[in-house]
Amino acid sequence: MSGHLSTYEPKYGVTKWLDKRLPIVRMGADFMTYPSPRNLNYWWTFGGILTLCLMVQIISGIILAMHYTANVDVAFSDVQRIRRDVPFGWLIQPMHAVGAAMFFFAVYIHMFRGLYYGSYKAPREMTWILGCIIYLIMMATAFLGYTLPWGQMSFWGATVISNFFTAVPFVGEALQQWILGGYSVDNATLNRFFALHYLLPFLIAAIVGLHIWAFHHTGQNNPVGIEPKSKEDTLPFHPFYTVKDAFAIVVFLLIFAFFIFYYPDALGHADNYIEADPLATPAHIVPEWYFLPFYAILRAVPDKLMGLLLMVGAIAVLFILPWLDTSKVRSMRFRPVTRIWFILFLINSFILGWCGAATPSDIAIPMGEGKGLNFLWLSRISTLYYFAYFLLILPIMGMIEKPKELPESITKSVLGGSSSGGVPSGGASS
Amino acid sequence: MSDTEHSHDHVDEEKRDFIYIAAGAVAAVGAGAIGWPLVSQMSMAADTKAAGSIEIDLSNIDEGSQVKSLWRGKPVFVRHRTPAEIAEAEAVDVATLPDPATDNERLMPNKEGKLDPRYLVMVGVCTHFGCVPIGEQGKVDALGEYGGWYCPCHGSHYDTAGRIRKGPAPENLVIPPYEYVSDTVIKVG
Repeated sequence: MSGHLSTYEPKYGVTKWLDKRLPIVRMGADFMTYPSPRNLNYWWTFGGILTLCLMVQIISGIILAMHYTANVDVAFSDVQRIRRDVPFGWLIQPMHAVGAAMFFFAVYIHMFRGLYYGSYKAPREMTWILGCIIYLIMMATAFLGYTLPWGQMSFWGATVISNFFTAVPFVGEALQQWILGGYSVDNATLNRFFALHYLLPFLIAAIVGLHIWAFHHTGQNNPVGIEPKSKEDTLPFHPFYTVKDAFAIVVFLLIFAFFIFYYPDALGHADNYIEADPLATPAHIVPEWYFLPFYAILRAVPDKLMGLLLMVGAIAVLFILPWLDTSKVRSMRFRPVTRIWFILFLINSFILGWCGAATPSDIAIPMGEGKGLNFLWLSRISTLYYFAYFLLILPIMGMIEKPKELPESITKSVLGGSSSGGVPSGGASS
Repeated sequence: MSDTEHSHDHVDEEKRDFIYIAAGAVAAVGAGAIGWPLVSQMSMAADTKAAGSIEIDLSNIDEGSQVKSLWRGKPVFVRHRTPAEIAEAEAVDVATLPDPATDNERLMPNKEGKLDPRYLVMVGVCTHFGCVPIGEQGKVDALGEYGGWYCPCHGSHYDTAGRIRKGPAPENLVIPPYEYVSDTVIKVG
């Protein structure tokens, strides 16, 4: 799986026997000794954090499935029963619900890290694209899972999202009814959503395997964005990065636990504590916070089909990003102008999220009495910048920007440019 | 010198191509034949399709009020319109509408073959993204800017004939297939 020379030597009779037949211990050992760039910072710990998130979701989800029935008559009360009556259900249900939010929190940091340090550039395009696929399946899984408690937001979220498909010309309505299995969101919908919600995480796990395989084949990117040139530039994954990842995971779990124990519903919506009612729409339908930026893009356009295409495009553009960014320099550390555009992109993403949560006609930025920029226009400006960053700024900046001088090696960037290179590798391992 | 001896050490490329294509074609038809049921099972089941009609008694609806009934998992609105609302709906210049339709085009004839403008029957689902518009009399601001219905999700306004007037919805509220089974009872679906 990894692109480095194996140093594993089986010591015992059993491991020697196994190594000739299924070198699985060797695979694990090679994984642990994998040479990683010595300068990885804490932004690189989110890969490990995300692996943990996936495991938490799968384990807590399987447990919830043991106490849940996907039927419109009992789904809502089943979730309440899990929360109140099932032993430790009060812990495991919020673990799954809060876990979904924590998963997205971590994946967004992981993605912005990739954007900042140019991790998507050659030769790591496949790692990036696999990551985009994982993100896409994550969004589908989260949406399907949100339907299962069968509250008002579950029902109306599913209704609004499945209505997106009616925007498809000619076959829209037939497509929507095929997805729902009825004229509207109902028992058939709940059943299939549950089946698919159970399936997709395992698909994610498989693609995560490919994702890790891909970057172990090319080697990891790092904060300065230049390739390791000597053995001195790398450190074995264990113990150096297992310890670093473990520390980051502990901090992450502290935040996770804070929400589970003190604010299990803070990230949800109160309306989802009302059972689904097909006759009454909640006054203010908003998606979960992790979808808000895309929701804002959807609503930025008055046309149904155009809005949908823009929203799909906002994710599709990520897939072709490796070919849009024309700069040979990976890390934004050495791209003084594009770095500013990146920071604006980051702020812009938060603004889009803010727009997604607000009512379009409300005033966002007051300018004089009762006047100002409303959220509709703010989301239009932000949508424009979102696409401009990928389609204009990155292609053009790569051609006109003069990057700063890159360090000679990873080791020199860590130990200071003036060092003669004679420093033993152990000298900086602290 | 015999032909049979010759054919043993010579591969007939054309014959091999034919075998490849024939085998591939059979496999493709087979995959399609088993694939279609796997895809088609997701469409509506026969019982779901069959449970598709309801009857609504109009005589129970007071003037100026509306009843909601569940039809195919969606609400159906029947509004007993006031003379003022009917007059308002009929007075609109149809050419100015986003989805042009006269008030009469949105009604079905009763037993005598006449239109009864008092009763407006519509599927209560916003044509934007499927929310249920609000349209109860007596609630403040519940009728939208055109006195008909207002969708709280993304702000579409419908007039007293259920026609889209303002907001992101592309079409008027849908008129379901319905007929009068007596003077006061309609059958939807």
